[in-house]
Amino acid sequence: MLRIIALRLPQIALTLVLLSLAAWFAIGLMPGDPASLALVSDPRLTAEDAARLRALHGLDQPLIARYLAWAGALLRGELGYSRLYAQPVADVLWPALRSTLVLVGSAVGLAALAGVALGGLAALRPRTAPFVDAVALLGQAIPGFWLGILLIILFAVGLGWLPAGGAPQPGEAGWPFLVLPVATIAFGQMAAYARHAAAALSAELHRPFITSARARGAGEGRILWRHALPNAAVPLLTLLALDAGALVSGALVTETVFARPGMGKLLYDAVMGNDYNLALLALLLVALVTMLATLAADLAQRWLDPRIEER
Amino acid sequence: MGDGGRGILMTLAALAAPLAVAPAQAQVPAGPPATRPQLTIGINQYPGTFHPNIENMAAKAYILGFVRRPVTAYDADWALTCLACERLPSLENGDAVRETTPDGKPGLRLTYRLREGEAWADGTPVSAEDLRFAWEAGRAFETGFGPAEFYRSAYELIVEDPRTVTLRLDKVTYDFAALGDFQPLPARIERPRWEADRQGYRNRTAYDTETTNPGLWNGPYRIGAVQPGAGVTLERNAHWAGTRPAFDRIAIRTVENTAALEAQLLAGQLDMIAGELGLPLEQALALQKRTGERFRFAFTPGLTYEHIDLNLDNPILADRRLRQALLLAADRKQIVERLYEGRQPVADGGVHPRDRMYDPGLPKYPFDPARAAALLEEAGWRPGADGIRRNAAGERLSLEFMTTAGNRSREQVQQILAGMWKAVGVEARIRNEPPRIFFGETVSKRRFGGLALFAWISSPENVPRSTFHSDEIPRPERNWSGQNYTGYRDAEVDRLIEAIPVTLEPEARRPLWSELQRRIATDLPALPLWHRSDAHVWPRWLEGVRPTGHQNYSSLWVSEWRVR
Repeated sequence: MLRIIALRLPQIALTLVLLSLAAWFAIGLMPGDPASLALVSDPRLTAEDAARLRALHGLDQPLIARYLAWAGALLRGELGYSRLYAQPVADVLWPALRSTLVLVGSAVGLAALAGVALGGLAALRPRTAPFVDAVALLGQAIPGFWLGILLIILFAVGLGWLPAGGAPQPGEAGWPFLVLPVATIAFGQMAAYARHAAAALSAELHRPFITSARARGAGEGRILWRHALPNAAVPLLTLLALDAGALVSGALVTETVFARPGMGKLLYDAVMGNDYNLALLALLLVALVTMLATLAADLAQRWLDPRIEER
Repeated sequence: MGDGGRGILMTLAALAAPLAVAPAQAQVPAGPPATRPQLTIGINQYPGTFHPNIENMAAKAYILGFVRRPVTAYDADWALTCLACERLPSLENGDAVRETTPDGKPGLRLTYRLREGEAWADGTPVSAEDLRFAWEAGRAFETGFGPAEFYRSAYELIVEDPRTVTLRLDKVTYDFAALGDFQPLPARIERPRWEADRQGYRNRTAYDTETTNPGLWNGPYRIGAVQPGAGVTLERNAHWAGTRPAFDRIAIRTVENTAALEAQLLAGQLDMIAGELGLPLEQALALQKRTGERFRFAFTPGLTYEHIDLNLDNPILADRRLRQALLLAADRKQIVERLYEGRQPVADGGVHPRDRMYDPGLPKYPFDPARAAALLEEAGWRPGADGIRRNAAGERLSLEFMTTAGNRSREQVQQILAGMWKAVGVEARIRNEPPRIFFGETVSKRRFGGLALFAWISSPENVPRSTFHSDEIPRPERNWSGQNYTGYRDAEVDRLIEAIPVTLEPEARRPLWSELQRRIATDLPALPLWHRSDAHVWPRWLEGVRPTGHQNYSSLWVSEWRVR
C-alpha cells in the first residue's frame, strides 16, 4: 500500500503542475480581460480608468510572468485573493468544496446503496430483473435538470414540504435543502450502480465457492452480502471513485437548478469572470480530489482483492 | 450556466408550472398581517464586494441601497436630490461658486453640509472626516476605485466643520451637484487599513473582511449576516434618524438561475423579486398570466437601451439611406407587442422619453416597408433573382448581424429582424458569440462586419460622449479605448457633445440636446430598438416601492415601503 502511495503522489504533483500551466494559458488567452468587460458594464468608466485598473492588477504583464508570480506565491503558501468575491481564495473555496462534498457524498452514497440493493435483488430474484432494468433505464434516461425541476414543482411548489432550493439561513436546519438535490443526483447515478451490481453479483452467484457455501447451509442473505458482494465490489469501487471525482465539478447543473453554492458553480463563474486565481485553484482542487478519490479506490480494491498488483 | 441552459430550464419550468400553481395558491394566508418581521427578496446576482466605491455592480448597488446613504441620488422622478446632505449646491443658493483653478482653468467651489443626525449604525455620527477619507482614498491611484473621473476633477477637499465640506473642481459641468459614488467612508475603521497598505486596501477593507461591523453602514438597515454567494440578512440600524422602516429584517437571497428564482417565489421562500435584478421581462409576463392575482407586477422602462450598432466602415452601411431603410423596414412596435406585450417603449434614440432633455420632435421611423424599399432603390440596390438586392456591380445586399450568444431574447429579436429585412431584399447573416468574446474582442475592437445588437446602460441626462464623439472611436494606437464602436464622425455632433456639459442652464442646454438628438436620429449610426423594462414582482401586502428605472435603485427609499 505504502509503495503505491509513494508512486502515485509524485504523479499527482506533476499532473497538477502541468494542469495549472495549461489552464492558466487557456484562461489567459480567452478574449476580454476584466477591465474590458467592466468598461462595457459601467458607462462612467473611462478608457484611462481601465488602463489604470489593468496596471494595478498586473493584467498588463505577459501571461508567463503572471503565471510564475502566481506559482511562486502558491509555493510560499499564499493562496491570494479572489477578484470576483473580494475575499481570500481559501474563504471562498472551502465553503464551496464543503457544500459540494456534502451534496456529492450524500448523493453518491445513496446512489451506491440503492443501486447495490436493486442489483442484489435482480441477481437473487431474476424475475425482478426487468423491473430493476426499467428503473435503471429511467434513471439514465431522465436528464438531471429536468428531474430537478419536476421535484421542485412537486415537493416545493405544489406540496410545500421542502424548499425549492438555495441555502439555509443562519439558524435554519440544513437537511431539508439537501433532500431534493441529493435525490436528483442519486437517481441518475443509481442506474449505473444497479446495472453493474446486478451483472457482477449474478456472475459471482454462479461461481463454485457460492455453490459450496450453499451446500454448507449458508442462507441467501449471508451468501449475497458476505461472499458475493466483496468480490463484486471491485468494479463498483472504480465506478464510485470516478463518479465522486467527476461530480465535484460536474454538479454544476444540479447546483444551478437548486441555486446551491458549490464547486461546479464556483469554477464556472471564476472562468467566465476571468478570476484567474480562483479558477486555477478551484480547478486544481477538483483535480486533486478526483485523483485522491481514484487513489483511494485503488487502495480499497487491493484491500478487497490482494491479487491485484501495481504494475 | 450559460443562457442557453437557463433557457431550457425556463421553458421546462413554464411547461410544468401550471400543474403546481393551484396548490401553492391555496397556501397563501387569507389575510395579510399588519406588520411583518421579515421581508425576503430574491435577486439574481451576488455582489463581488460590499465596498461602496470599488467596482460597479447592480447587485451591490441594490443591497447597499438598504444600508448606505449616499450624499446625493436621483429619485424615482429622475430629479437629483439630497439624501445625506441638507441641500444641493447651486449657483443661486451660493453653495456653488464659480472660480478659477490654480492652473487658470474655470472651476467650481461646492459646499455640502451633512444632514443632522446622520449616523453609522454603531452610533458614531457621519462626519466631514469620513468624506475627506473617501476623497483621499479615491484620489490615490493605487487604491483602485472604479470610475476616477470625479476624483481627478475634485482637486481639493476642505473640511469646514464636522458636518461641512467644500470641494473644489477643475471643471464646470451642468451636473456638478451630483456626487454619485462619492460617499462617506467611516474613516475611523477604514483609514488605518488604507494607510497600512494602499495597494492591498481593496482586499483588506472592512467592507469585505468585517461586513457585519455596524460602523460601516449608515442607511435604514445594516448588514447583520452574510452567506457568501447565497445572500445577506439586513437588520435595522438602531441609530437611523429617518422614518422607521416597516421590517425588522430583510433577507436578500441570491438565486442566479431565474427559473429557480421563480420556483422559490412560488414555493413561498421569497416574498418578492427585485425588478432591478430579477426575472427577464418575458418570464415575468408568463408568470403574471399563470399566477393571476397572487402577486403584484410592475413593469418599469429604464435606462437600458437596446440598439444595433452599425459598423460605418462597411461600405454598404456608410450610406445613410441604407441605414434609414433598415430601421424603416423593422416593425419594432410589432416586436414589442408580440414578444413583450407592449411593456417596453420603442426607442427613438438613446435619450429616454422620461429624460427631461428628450425631444419628442426628433425624426422617427415608423414601420414603412414601401419607403424602405424606395430608399434602397435610390441607393442603387435592385431586387435580385433570389429576392436579395444587388447593386450595379452585382454585389448582394448582405450584412453580418451579431449579438450575444445564449441571450434568448436577443436571438429571437435577431431572427425576427432578419425576416423583416429579407422582405425588403436585405440579407442578414447571423453570427453570434459568447458575451465575453463579443464585448471583450469583437465589438470593443470594431471587428464586427455589419450589425451588432446589444444594450447601453446610461443615467439621466447622460451625454453620449463615449459612444458618438469621434475621439472615442477605438483604435490600436489608443489601445482600443473608447466606445464609439460604429466609427461615427460628425464635427457638429462633436461640438454639441462638448458644449452640453459646460452649459449650466437647463433651458440653454435644451436646444443643444434637441439638435444632438436630431442629428443622431437622422444619421442613424446605431438603430434604436427599445428601452428595456424591469419586471418587479411584489406581494400584495407590500406598498410604497417606487422603481426608479435608473442606477439609484428603489432600495434607497426602503423606509417608504409599507405593509398593507
